[in-house]
Amino acid sequence: MAERMALTGNDSAAYAFKQINPDVVAAYPITPQTELMHKFAAYVADGEVKTEFVPVESEHSAMSAVIAASLAGARACTATSANGLALMWEMLYIAASCRCPIVMPVINRALSAPINIHCDHSDTMGARDTGWIQLYSENCQEAYDNALQAVRIAEHPDVMLPVMVCLDGFILSHTLEGLEANDDETVRNFIGEYERSDNLLDVERPQTFGAFALQNYYFEFKKQQADAMQEAPAVIDEVGKEYGELTGRSYGRLDPYRCDDADVIVVGLGSSMGTAKQAVDDLRDEAGLKCGVLKIRCFRPFPGDLIRQALQNAAIVGVMDRAVSFGLGGPLFHEIRSARYGGDGPMLNFIYGLGGRDLSLDLAKDVFRNLAEAKDSGQVEPVVRYVGLRE
Amino acid sequence: MATTSLKQLCEMPDLLSGGHAACPGCAGPVAIRQILLAAQQDDTYVVASISTGCMEVSTTVYPNSAWRIPLFHSAFENSAATISGAETAYRSLKKQGKIDKKIAFIAFGGDGGTYDIGLQSLSGALERGHNFTYVCYDNEAYMNTGIQRSGSTPKGAFTTTAPAGKVEPGKRQRKKNLTAIVAAHDIPYVAQASPHRARDLMNKVQKAVATEGACFINVLSPCPRGWRYAPDQTFQIAKLAADTCVWPLYEIEDGKLTINYKPREKKPMLDWLKSQGRFRHLFTPQNEHLVEEIQQDVDREWQRLLTLEAMGKETAQ
Repeated sequence: MAERMALTGNDSAAYAFKQINPDVVAAYPITPQTELMHKFAAYVADGEVKTEFVPVESEHSAMSAVIAASLAGARACTATSANGLALMWEMLYIAASCRCPIVMPVINRALSAPINIHCDHSDTMGARDTGWIQLYSENCQEAYDNALQAVRIAEHPDVMLPVMVCLDGFILSHTLEGLEANDDETVRNFIGEYERSDNLLDVERPQTFGAFALQNYYFEFKKQQADAMQEAPAVIDEVGKEYGELTGRSYGRLDPYRCDDADVIVVGLGSSMGTAKQAVDDLRDEAGLKCGVLKIRCFRPFPGDLIRQALQNAAIVGVMDRAVSFGLGGPLFHEIRSARYGGDGPMLNFIYGLGGRDLSLDLAKDVFRNLAEAKDSGQVEPVVRYVGLRE
Repeated sequence: MATTSLKQLCEMPDLLSGGHAACPGCAGPVAIRQILLAAQQDDTYVVASISTGCMEVSTTVYPNSAWRIPLFHSAFENSAATISGAETAYRSLKKQGKIDKKIAFIAFGGDGGTYDIGLQSLSGALERGHNFTYVCYDNEAYMNTGIQRSGSTPKGAFTTTAPAGKVEPGKRQRKKNLTAIVAAHDIPYVAQASPHRARDLMNKVQKAVATEGACFINVLSPCPRGWRYAPDQTFQIAKLAADTCVWPLYEIEDGKLTINYKPREKKPMLDWLKSQGRFRHLFTPQNEHLVEEIQQDVDREWQRLLTLEAMGKETAQ
C-alpha cells in the first residue's frame, strides 16, 4: 500500500535509500546534504536496513569507496553537495569509466568563493561532462521517484552508468512537502537485484580493473562509454513508463507544461520550474499571454531532439540557468541553442538564483514579460540577462 | 597452516607473473611476489587495490596484467579508501550469505601515494578499522614520474625537484617518519620490512593478514634508477639499509614494539651514503656537515626504537 507522509527533500531521499536498502553507503557531511545522511544513519542504527555504512573522512574517499564497493558487486550509494562534489571530481570520471551504477543524490548548492550554502546548479552543471546521468527534481516527490528510478536506469545492462539525482538545496532539501511513498515490497520488486558480470570479489576468475590503457586502447573504452550513454534515453523512458504503471506517476525526460499553443516558452531545471508554472497560469489569466514551461528532467544524456521538437512552434524561447559558464553564459542555454541550430527563432538566456537568490513569482513573470517584449520588438540583445540581480 | 618455507613457496604459482615492465633491479615486484605468496595460502584469497605509481603502470598495461589475483587501480591518493569500499562490500555480502570465500584485503601504495597525497585516505581507513593490510613500497621519491622529491625522500638525497646545485644540497628536510605516524593510530599491527629478508617480510604479512582490523607494513623498495646504483646491487643495498639502521626492521603488535633485526655491527651512514649516486654531492666541503647530521638522525631513531622495545619488555615483566 502506498503511504502519504510529510517529508523534506532530504528525508524523502533518505526514505528512498531506506527502501533501496543498498549494500554499502559511504558519505561525508556537507550542508545541505547532512540531514539526508543523519536520517539514513538512524535507519542503520535501528537495524531498519542491511546497509554497511562507511563514515569516510572526505568526499573523495566516499566516492572512492562506493566505486570499489560497486565493482565488488555491492549496490552502493552516496550523497553530497557543492564543494563535496568538487572534491569528488577525479572520482566522478572514474566511477563512470569503470561502469559503476552508483546512485548519488546531489543537493544542489553554490560553489565557493565566497562560501555560500544555498542553492544553485553550478556544482552539477560543472559535472556535466563526467559521464554521469543527471536527473533534476522539481519537488520532493520527484526527488524520491527519481532516486528509485535511478537504480533501475543505472544498473540496466545496456547502461551501467552512475546517476546523479539533483535536488535544490534548502528549497527542496529543507522544505516539508507531502510525499506519496510506495510500499517497500513494490520498491523491492521494481529495483530487483544488482548483478555484475565482472566482479572484483570473483577470486576464482581474477581480473585487473582500472588498467593502464594507452593510445592503442583508451579511445575504444571512451567510445563504449559514449555508446552506453546513447542507450540510456530508451532505458530512462522505459523505466519512467513502468514506474508510472506501478505508481500512477510516470516520467519522461522532459516535462512540458501548457506548451502546445504557447508563443513564449521558458526552459529550465529544478524547483524554479514550479514557480514558472505558476507564472504561466497567472499570465495566461491576467494578460492572456500564451506561455508555457519546458522542464528538463534528464539533462544528461541531453535530450536535444526532444527539446527541439517541443520548442518548434514557440515564437521566442527563454532559457533559465542557475549556473554560469564564465566567459560563455548559461550552460543550459548554450546546449539548447546548439540543439536548435539552424533556425527555430530567437532565444534569450536568463541567469538567476545563484547562491540561493530567491526566484519569486514576480521575477518569474518578469522573465515571461521580457520574452514577450523581445518577441514583439525583435530586440534580442543582450542575449544573456540576469534575473533578480542588484544593480 | 600458512608457510614461509622457501622450498614450499617455490612450488606455489607466482601471483605476480613475469613479463611486467618494471625496471631491472626494481625491488617492488620482488616484494609484491613475496607478499602475495605469503598472504594467499590455504583457504585465504587476496583482493588488492593499488595506487597510481611504478608498480601499477608497469604491471597492468592493457590488455595485459601481471596480477593473478583480483586487482583494482582507481587513482593515486585513494588506495586505502578503495580497499575500504571493497572490504565493506565483502562484509555486507558475506553477512547476506552471497559470498562464502575467505578474502584478505591488501592495499598497495608507493611512498608518494602513501606518505603524501594518500595520507588522509590512509589515516581515515586506519581510524575506521577496516579489516585490511596496507603495504607501502617505499622507494623514497616519485620514481614513476621522474624521481621527484616526496615526503619520504631522505635528507641530502638528489631528486629532480630538489636537485643538488651550486647552492642547494639536495633535499634539506628529513624523511617523514610514516611508520610512527601510522603507529599513533593505535592499530593492532604495524611493521617495517625489507624484501632482502624475505621470511621476515612474509611472517609480517601473515601476521597482518591473520589480524582482525587495520594493519600496516612499510617495505623498503630500493630503486636503481632513482638511487643511482647498479641494478644487480638491490639486495645488497637493502641489506645495507638494515645494517646501518637507516631502515630498521621492527614490528608493533598491540602497542608492543619488537626490533626484528639488530646488526651485530651497526655500520656507519657513510657506507650507505657512498653506496648510491643520489648522495654523491654530499662529499664536498660545503655539504660535509650534512653527513654528520644524517648520522645523528639515524642514531636518534634507532635509540628511540631500542628504548620503546625495552619499555615494552619492562611492562611485560
